[in-house]
Amino acid sequence: MKKNETKRFTRRSLIKYTGLLGLGSILGVKLLSCTSSSKPGGKMIKVMTPEGKLMEVNETDMSMAHPHFANIEESRKGIPGRKFVMVVDLAKCKNARECIRACEHHHNLTPDRPFIKVLEIQDNPRSAPYWMPKKCFQCDNPPCVKVCPVGATYKRSDNIVLIDNERCIGCRFCMAACPYSARVFNWGKPKQSQDVTNIKYSPETSTPSKIGTVEKCDFCPDMIRGKKLPHCITACPNGVLYFGDANEDTVTNGEDTVRLSKLLRDKAGYRYLEELGTEPNVYYLPPVDRLFPFKDTKA
Amino acid sequence: MTENNTTQQDIKHRDDHVIKKLLSTVGRPNPIFKIWIIALLVIIFVGCFAYYRQLRFGLIVTSMRDYTSWGIYISNFVFFVAVSLIGSLVSSILKLAKVKWSYPLTRISEIIAVAAIICAAVIIIVDMGRPDRFLNVIFYGRIQSPIIWDVLVIMTYLIISVLLLYLPMLPDIALCRDRLKNISIWRQKMYKILALNWQNKPGQLRRLKKTSTILEIMVIPVAFAIHTITSWLFATTWRPGWDSTNLGPYFVSGAFMLGAAVIIIAMFFIRRSFRLEDFITNDHFDKMAKILVLLSLVYLYFNINEYLGPAFKMVGVEGEHITELFSGDYATMYWLVQIPGLMLPILVMLFKFGRKPFVVMIVSFFVLMGAWFKRFLIVIPSLQHPYLPIQDVDESYLHYYPSWEEWAITLASFAGVLLIITVLLKLFPIIPIQEYINHQDNGEVQSTDK
Ligand code: SF4
Repeated sequence: MKKNETKRFTRRSLIKYTGLLGLGSILGVKLLSCTSSSKPGGKMIKVMTPEGKLMEVNETDMSMAHPHFANIEESRKGIPGRKFVMVVDLAKCKNARECIRACEHHHNLTPDRPFIKVLEIQDNPRSAPYWMPKKCFQCDNPPCVKVCPVGATYKRSDNIVLIDNERCIGCRFCMAACPYSARVFNWGKPKQSQDVTNIKYSPETSTPSKIGTVEKCDFCPDMIRGKKLPHCITACPNGVLYFGDANEDTVTNGEDTVRLSKLLRDKAGYRYLEELGTEPNVYYLPPVDRLFPFKDTKA
Repeated sequence: MTENNTTQQDIKHRDDHVIKKLLSTVGRPNPIFKIWIIALLVIIFVGCFAYYRQLRFGLIVTSMRDYTSWGIYISNFVFFVAVSLIGSLVSSILKLAKVKWSYPLTRISEIIAVAAIICAAVIIIVDMGRPDRFLNVIFYGRIQSPIIWDVLVIMTYLIISVLLLYLPMLPDIALCRDRLKNISIWRQKMYKILALNWQNKPGQLRRLKKTSTILEIMVIPVAFAIHTITSWLFATTWRPGWDSTNLGPYFVSGAFMLGAAVIIIAMFFIRRSFRLEDFITNDHFDKMAKILVLLSLVYLYFNINEYLGPAFKMVGVEGEHITELFSGDYATMYWLVQIPGLMLPILVMLFKFGRKPFVVMIVSFFVLMGAWFKRFLIVIPSLQHPYLPIQDVDESYLHYYPSWEEWAITLASFAGVLLIITVLLKLFPIIPIQEYINHQDNGEVQSTDK
């Protein structure tokens, strides 16, 4: 997120629309070539074409369109000059689980292979329970990358850890090594439609999934390249999740754009299991002053 | 002069007798043997079918899932790596220590080592989600990964073990070539090729002795490395029970103990089915049992080290893990491993009566069983106690009971080890003949008519 850019988007809906702009342009081409093929059923949603026209498309088509396709070499390098981070405000999480749904939808996942989990945590018997959204922490000292025998999982210059599922041999050493249980495995043939399996694979999209390989949260680099926020960020109705660039010291939850350093300083941000030395790039803000009773948010 | 001549003749006569007797085990037809081979092949076939299903549907046919992402394939792999350590124990450590009684066991132990390490390598491929990409390990191998260290050291160990089995066997293969005349043509040819034109020439003998000594010395660090590196596959992670600096020596000592038990079991059945009572004596059982007690005590020491610290502190997930082992879901297995698998051998075999062949064999079986389950306890419960709680998952993710496919493949790997051992025992003299004669000439053999 460039500073001036993010400042302009003060309203969530605006972010959403501009976010969809790129999609619209891709879909425009796609729909022109096969206008009759849009499937019945599935929610229709509005997108904006480059000409500024609003049009309705099927939601199922949306998930297949990724704003930017990066080939294997490109996806190994990372976006120059960027250091992506995420901040999770535990005080605001009400277990809405919209992030999980958006992620599942975008990555064509089934519920048994979630990239995001919302865990119920109680630090000690006297403290109150809270919800902890957890995804891959994109560590700076990533245990998974260190153990991978073939370099199928790798760390990029922009902080993101990705997996090349065309190289992964399925040894699952990375799963054993990850202290945050961030990784899921395709134990069987992943359930995806023919359209999804036909998509050209890029480690940046993690789509399509492949049998016998490992997967995890990827921070949606395809969206970032298209100058958009990862899906979970925009999906959260409570503004829990912030995403941004540590080099620019800015994070946004889609509604508010704030200074990363100030946010972490003011709200005593911390990283989960700091003592392991994994140097995560996901920060948590403590679950203080919550204005809703925990039990009402239980599913 | 005449006296000298007679002793010469005596020796020659006696040697002939020994050679005849020891060569007689080679390829002796036997109906029970056929049934045994067929039974093993059936088990292997069932395992292959299970593996076919796994190739077709993926690892979903196993009971492994996220969280419990390694199962009995890996624990079985660790088990076989442990078994393979006996090759170095008997054929090199004892030999280099000039323990005279141990040489009739060298070939048996090398054969077991080779068989076990081959099957360990196979099992690790079975565990891969994408065996079709095995060559990626070569194309993209990252030397920083402990898996690559393991692959390298296993290959090295396999090569050294095969050489250590094969080279000292050259004189015996030459004997097979020269003396076994009424056998099928292909076998005559095989011995001829394998004997590498061995003629017992002084030069050949000298070179062989040198090479063997080098190999015997080389195999020791590699054998330690193979098991230590296998322990690092675990120790380089943060899992409770794995995150320990004790793990290397713990694994090595456990492997030595298991190895001694395996060799005792092998001795018992080989002696019986090949009628080698003259060569593998009760005394051998007595001595191996003493070694087993010693190795068990060493293992006990590391075992206490492994559990006492964490059990005293009971910190976080480490504490959960210990509780699970001591009194939770895995308690039965844990105490089975500790009591019959570790305490019992020490207690029973301290007494002379406990070192009789049959008793020693039974106790060794307990050790073997304990060792297998111990590997299970090392791999599986640790994975079930991650730092973050396991929530929102299917019930099946919380437990791990291996599926029939996993059992079938595991049993097939055992059958594979036994098959390799059986075939090698059938094809080659079990007791190193040449060495036996040399030792006899030096008057170092205990009386064979015990
Ligand atoms: S499962 Fe794949 S990504 Fe993970 S360590 Fe093995 S090869 Fe690397």
